[in-house]
Amino acid sequence: MTSAGANLRSRSKYLAYLVPLAAVFVALLIAAIMLVVLDASPVEGFQAMFEGAFGSGDALIATVLKATPLLFVGVGITIAFRANVINIGGEGQMVLGGLFATMAALLLGDLPAVIMLPAVIIAGMLGGAIWGAIPGFLKAYYRVSEILSTIMLNIVAVQLMNYLLRGPLLDPAEIERGTRIPQTERLPETADLPLILNSDRFHIGPLLAVLAAIAAYILLWRTPLGYRLRAVGQNVDASRYAGIPVKRTIVTAMMLSGAMCGLAGAVLVFGSESHRMVTDGSTAGFTGSAGFNGIVAALFGALHPLWTIPASFLFGGLLVGGNALQRAVQVPSALILAINGIVVVLVVSTDRYKKLLQNRATEAETAAALARQEEIEQAIIPDEPPPPPGTAARPDDFGDPDYLQDEQ
Amino acid sequence: MSTFFTEAVIIATVAGAIRLSVPLLLAALGETFGQRSGVLNLGVDGIMLLGAFSGYYTVLKTGNVWYGLLAGVALGIVMGLISAVIAVSLQAEQGIAGIGVFLFGLGMSDLLFQRLVGTPVPITKFPKLAIPLLSDIPWIGEMFFNHSAVVYMAFLAVPVATFIINRTTFGMNIRAVGQNPGAADSLGVSVTAVRYATVTIGGTMAGIAGAALAIDLGIFQQNLTNAMGFVAIALVYFGAWRPIGVMLGALLFGFVNSLVLQLKTVGVIPQDWSDIAAMAPAIITILALVFVASRFRPPAALTKPFTRGT
Repeated sequence: MTSAGANLRSRSKYLAYLVPLAAVFVALLIAAIMLVVLDASPVEGFQAMFEGAFGSGDALIATVLKATPLLFVGVGITIAFRANVINIGGEGQMVLGGLFATMAALLLGDLPAVIMLPAVIIAGMLGGAIWGAIPGFLKAYYRVSEILSTIMLNIVAVQLMNYLLRGPLLDPAEIERGTRIPQTERLPETADLPLILNSDRFHIGPLLAVLAAIAAYILLWRTPLGYRLRAVGQNVDASRYAGIPVKRTIVTAMMLSGAMCGLAGAVLVFGSESHRMVTDGSTAGFTGSAGFNGIVAALFGALHPLWTIPASFLFGGLLVGGNALQRAVQVPSALILAINGIVVVLVVSTDRYKKLLQNRATEAETAAALARQEEIEQAIIPDEPPPPPGTAARPDDFGDPDYLQDEQ
Repeated sequence: MSTFFTEAVIIATVAGAIRLSVPLLLAALGETFGQRSGVLNLGVDGIMLLGAFSGYYTVLKTGNVWYGLLAGVALGIVMGLISAVIAVSLQAEQGIAGIGVFLFGLGMSDLLFQRLVGTPVPITKFPKLAIPLLSDIPWIGEMFFNHSAVVYMAFLAVPVATFIINRTTFGMNIRAVGQNPGAADSLGVSVTAVRYATVTIGGTMAGIAGAALAIDLGIFQQNLTNAMGFVAIALVYFGAWRPIGVMLGALLFGFVNSLVLQLKTVGVIPQDWSDIAAMAPAIITILALVFVASRFRPPAALTKPFTRGT
């Protein structure tokens, strides 16, 4: 009995972990079918992808740099989702973070790096936090669906970026030359993210992202605020009953979530090779769709900040590998976006199944614990003696056929 | 400023407003069915993009705009059914699953376009269908009665949708399932069947909307819809889940877009400020969402999957 329970328990647990991996496997299988349909060799394609993403030192650097905004956004998304707030506004919050950080750098001019770097990073977080606070506030106090308001704010953010980069923030040299490419001037050098590992492009951004993930883990599971966030996410009514300020908690969750996305935007600007903020007119031109792909990483990391670290690395690799795929078999890297979409659908579609398995594991665990307890109790406490006849409680009478006959 | 309000500009603005509101209207009407039955399909934009590409590609190959529209219908039915499997049978979290469908549509349409077409080639657009007599009325005729057949069909779909939702058994089932699926189920209405039907209607309309957009513009490009599908979802809230309200929202959106376009063309607003002006529709939507949320309640079961016995 006990061993069967343990078997079921461990099997269910492992299956629960395997579900997301199976999702990626199925998605890659669909990708292989697509490649065949598009008349390209899947073996060659996948090989190119793997080598392009993880095959060399340069490839790994590219993957880690690509994973960095995904990790920031993934962590931000996790914080919001844990409070049951669906933040689809990562794109817009990244843009605002980039804009605030850029403006801070331009305003501060040539301060030493020790002051400059923290200042621009805080500015980026502030920009994202403001853009996140708006939908949070509208949800908490006006019951406006955050899904819709964040998407609308994404649209507003990209127009704001286009306006600022084509107008007030436009590089004076572009105006002189008359080319008017929408970008800022070269930002102050003291705001450049310091390079590490003797590389010409590997900056401290990835380290900041990992630190952010650890900080989010501590916040969510080791602080009263994190407890409140998760409580609100689990059960709003119970939280309210327990005296948690639900509305303020929702706004806080969105602000923190936005701040993380804003940080991603700031790192994109100061870690870029041109050290300018540039727009091609679309959001994706600046963010590389990290605001959406970060959701994929967060879901794949089971909405756990630490698991989001390897998940981001994996999806960063997928994005970098997508470019190698394009070069090798001439299939546009847009394939990766489609695959990411399939992963999202599969992960959330199997979520219920995964929860079912987890519940079964918990149930088996509880049953095993109960069985153990019973064994112990029976060893210590002798069975209660049967009650003397004629003292049965009244409800038993209802089940007595004689009693029913009396009633007739 | 005074030069702006010429006859030609006013007529062009109003006619443009009607034309630009059509894809939004079609997609939003379809989404209304899904939401009234309790399913929020957030993948509309992805389905629109796929519909746009299939419509564009079909017209490119056959030269017949109606085949293009049919391709949009077929694509919409398939994607609608897939969305129904995800939301109804697999009971996925609707707010997130839709983003997956969107990313899939965004990537897939771009992939197919780059692989099968490459450089954008313009295609035949819808022919204009001037309604006899009515189109001869000065001003009014040019504004309202000199459009393509798709425009008239889209606006005719509004009373049809209202009738279906409010006056038919199917519509009653939709509303019941959206308000109280448990009660509907106990009375013998299949929640699953109703939701499959509504989500498929929504997908089909989104496919048509995408194809109509591409054929109306005569081109395809990456992310052609530019979040139009998301705006359509917001319009369903905006219209308080009623087809007439949805139509008014779509018209308002079309009008603001058309006005910005005309103001730019005539040069009343400087280029720098056109980006600011382009923010207007999204900001208006957010304000409208606040307004609607304080006065109307969404269908009680919206985004909640149904399991018997809970």
